[in-house]
Amino acid sequence: MQLANKAAVTGVGDTDYTRDAGGCSALSLQLEAALKAIGDAGLAPGDVDGIVMPSPTSPVVAEELVTNLGIPDLRFSTGTPLGGAGPVAALQCAAAAVAAGICSHVLLSLGRTGRTGQRIGSRIQQMPQFRTVGEFEAPSGALAPAQYYAPMARRHMETFGTTSWQLAEIAVTTRQHAILNGNARMTTPLTIEDHQASRMISDPLRLFDCSLESDGAAAVIVSAADRARDLRRPRVLLAGMAEGHPDSPSAITQRGDMTRLGLAKAAPRAFAMAGVTPADIDVAEIYDCFTYIVLCQLEDLGFCGKGEGGAFVEGGALGLHGRLPVNTHGGLLSQAHIAGMNHVVELVRQLRGEAGRAQVQGAEVGLVTGYGDLGDGTLAIMTRG
Amino acid sequence: MSQTIPAKPMPEPSPESRPYWEGLAQRRLVLQRCADCGRIRHYPQPMCPACHSLAADWVEASGAAVVHSWTVAHHPFHPAFRAELPYVLVTADLPEGVRLLAQLRDAGAEALRPGLELRIDFEDNGEGLTLPILRPATPA
Repeated sequence: MQLANKAAVTGVGDTDYTRDAGGCSALSLQLEAALKAIGDAGLAPGDVDGIVMPSPTSPVVAEELVTNLGIPDLRFSTGTPLGGAGPVAALQCAAAAVAAGICSHVLLSLGRTGRTGQRIGSRIQQMPQFRTVGEFEAPSGALAPAQYYAPMARRHMETFGTTSWQLAEIAVTTRQHAILNGNARMTTPLTIEDHQASRMISDPLRLFDCSLESDGAAAVIVSAADRARDLRRPRVLLAGMAEGHPDSPSAITQRGDMTRLGLAKAAPRAFAMAGVTPADIDVAEIYDCFTYIVLCQLEDLGFCGKGEGGAFVEGGALGLHGRLPVNTHGGLLSQAHIAGMNHVVELVRQLRGEAGRAQVQGAEVGLVTGYGDLGDGTLAIMTRG
Repeated sequence: MSQTIPAKPMPEPSPESRPYWEGLAQRRLVLQRCADCGRIRHYPQPMCPACHSLAADWVEASGAAVVHSWTVAHHPFHPAFRAELPYVLVTADLPEGVRLLAQLRDAGAEALRPGLELRIDFEDNGEGLTLPILRPATPA
């Protein structure tokens, strides 16, 4: 069975993204986003018969969504524990479940109180995916994602001549998009000089290379493609999906080529499934926990060759009128850190023509990526259909 | 004041990794070697990914290393490391075919480039744990 075009995203929803949700629980935020997504699809909560939790280690479990939404007959429930690669992995998982006939309408829900609950930067030490680096690297002072990922960026710079200015291009363009969004945390313009003047976090990553800590939730409904035809909004078909894991998935230090992510293995599979090439992509929502991770994924996706990402992003190339509009919502860098669920929501809005002032005119084919833990990669290619 | 600073992260050795930490306590960097096919692996783990043997022994690293990459930690992600900031974390290639992550001593990041020769040394972390560190092979 081929999975291409067997499932569609039929509903999306999100809460306000804030620095501090004022004491709201992660569960209440997720319920708000879920209700919006269900309504957006033209469904009632009782129509949901599958749940995939992209961040199953979060405080919210599927049973709580069932209890609150009053879902009478949940036929499928699972999780995709791949960190920031989880939401896009959940799309593939949900598509497989509906294509197999297990269920018809799957709710994907992710929401966090990243600041008011536990900070992302400190929480990773308790995550099992980080157990290896926790034992062998944390005692030496490598403690946070910025410190684990920075040597990848430094290696890229030393090998290919990539510069901090090129990373700044990504931060600046992403901020321009956030300003257009209307539901973004960072709304003041950012210049390359502002980026260069920002304090160093873990060299070569400066403050404005890093994503935000934020509160909020986003939800998505994936439906069987034949059931999606009758629903409220234009269908957005899941044309190609894949998941890829890097060599040495538990420790970047031991990875033969630390400039290559799991996405490099996933990308050819997803493009082949969708029957498109990078040249066909009108808009790309690319997981951006750090600017460098965007640059590396552009290469691993095949938009340019390995080592050419720095030149690729120069001159506003990722802007709305550039060669490849990227992170049109402002991403994790400037909209909010909703672990990439906000990237999925934005791609669907772009392909429906609902992206407001950041709409890419005529967007018909787009992609969204996820990046998680120590280099896991996921990719979904969607088409208006 | 000092008693209000939480302790540094300490390893919780597994059956597979205990010899590694016991080696460091004796200021020796030991690496796991497959007892069947001879492949050296790091970090310690139960199975050889090449031949799937569960039998392993240990060899002492030569002490040589060369720079593969690095970062300079500036932000205090953990209060116990705040007083040491900024510190350089080097990812180094070992001639044994694996890599080591360790703090750099006797040089700053500006001296680093891929391929620069280093040597492995050892240091107490101030809380009774011996860790590997890296120094330039030739003093500046």
